[in-house]
Amino acid sequence: MSVLFRSRQQGAQQVKISGVRRFFMFFVHHAQQAVGSLGQLARYPFASLMTMAVLGLSLTLPATLYVIVKNTDNVGADFQQASEITLFLHKDLTAQEVQTFAKRIDLSPEIESATLIGKEQGLADFRARSGFGDALDTLQENPLPDVLRVIPRENYRSAAAAQQLLQQLEQEREVEQARLDVDWLERFTAIVDLVRDAFLALALLLCVAVVLIVGNTIRLNISSKRDEIMVMKLVGATDAYIQRPFLYTGIWYGLVGGVITWLATAVLIMWLSGAVRDIAELYDSQFTLTGLNLTEMAVVWGIAVGLGLVGSYIAVRKHVTAIEPQ
Amino acid sequence: MIKFEQVSKVYPGGFKALNNVSFDVEPGEMAFLTGHSGAGKSTVLKLISLMERPTAGRVLINGHDLKRIQRKQIAYARRDIGMIFQDHRLLMDRTVFDNVALPLMIEGYSLSEARKRVQAALDKVGLSDKIRHYPHMLSGGEQQRVGIARAVVNKPPLLLADEPTGNLDPKLSAEIIKLFEEFNRVGVSVLIATHDLSLIARLRYRTLTLKEGRMISDGLTEEAL
Repeated sequence: MSVLFRSRQQGAQQVKISGVRRFFMFFVHHAQQAVGSLGQLARYPFASLMTMAVLGLSLTLPATLYVIVKNTDNVGADFQQASEITLFLHKDLTAQEVQTFAKRIDLSPEIESATLIGKEQGLADFRARSGFGDALDTLQENPLPDVLRVIPRENYRSAAAAQQLLQQLEQEREVEQARLDVDWLERFTAIVDLVRDAFLALALLLCVAVVLIVGNTIRLNISSKRDEIMVMKLVGATDAYIQRPFLYTGIWYGLVGGVITWLATAVLIMWLSGAVRDIAELYDSQFTLTGLNLTEMAVVWGIAVGLGLVGSYIAVRKHVTAIEPQ
Repeated sequence: MIKFEQVSKVYPGGFKALNNVSFDVEPGEMAFLTGHSGAGKSTVLKLISLMERPTAGRVLINGHDLKRIQRKQIAYARRDIGMIFQDHRLLMDRTVFDNVALPLMIEGYSLSEARKRVQAALDKVGLSDKIRHYPHMLSGGEQQRVGIARAVVNKPPLLLADEPTGNLDPKLSAEIIKLFEEFNRVGVSVLIATHDLSLIARLRYRTLTLKEGRMISDGLTEEAL
């Protein structure tokens, strides 16, 4: 609609384009502007790639940290014997009493399973593994107590819950001593939490940095096209029309930057996995680092594009409106 | 078509560019706006094209008070006004076609429709063979004609020209004025700001003369001199 001349028809109305075609043309124009902004980027490939690399590499650090946190979570799940409780029973119990106690514990609701290792079996195991067989023969009687290995149910496995369960079991008449390697578990959980928090804080900071960098680059683009923007405003371009190519530029930064993040993360993980394998071997574990899966790659890509778009949006909101023809 | 009602414009800093100026340009009329530099010619054009707002008084185009045009509507209002500049303001890194097609692309024309229109506009200014050239490959007069083609390509009812012949020799200037006369003949209102009195002396058109922000004469060319 013409603002000043009511009877005057404009543009698409004047050439009688159907609604369907106009709807279609909307996307054609967007595609044209998207490709156009890609062409602009291709004109200065070095400068464009630098911005994309900054975006991509900034996201690489949080992405890699995320992979590490994800993998340590897996490690935590593997070490379920961390919350295994060992009960050393009084020596003066009869075999009958030991059996009854083992059955009772096994049936209690907090416990997943309780395995009894009788003193004879314990001695046999010890003889077989330790190499002190001959020395053991000189002993008059079996020095080992009956041992009950208790594995708590899923929701009693956290460090705090396992500790509570331990105290409860210690109250039992038959138990002489109960042991839980809870310190190790607590430390491990604390470290995982610390890494996760650090990862979140770092990710947030780097995302803000990416937005600022993209925003600043787009601002420079805008000011280098100041004259062009003025001419476009003089011939009747709306702010939205002028902004669009810059927003697409931000999206391209994100799209290419996201791919750079994938590659850099993969390289970094590959490089780290050697060291991780060495550590895993020391702990006699089959642990290997798993990289980003498809969903996570899509999320990383989405975040990269989102940040590129937000950065350019902030820049165009502020600077395109500020340019007025003189 | 264009109506100024006791318009004054004071720029920030206190410079009074226009002082109580009133005039009226009829639809289909062609008029000149003259005066020394600093007399307020550019300010008049800027008020019409919504680049500036009046400090006092009203500016109306086709009966619409420009005060009512909100910031978001300015772009749409400018599509009704073809503007031509002394420095022609072409995009130097785009071809003649892209420059002339710019207003059409902004309005959402399809490329094939735009091509027809651009061809027609360039035919009118006699540059249809330069469609693939870049502006720097053209002479000053040709560049100005590209600027005119861009201003008329979407057939606006009103043409504004700010010193369109400022950098051209008399022969080229006469050609440019002839172009404006052709557009005027098909019903377009034309307002041309110029300080080139020798150019308008030979023509019998209404001439508005500004001096230090005041309208000192309004009439045919001969009376103004």
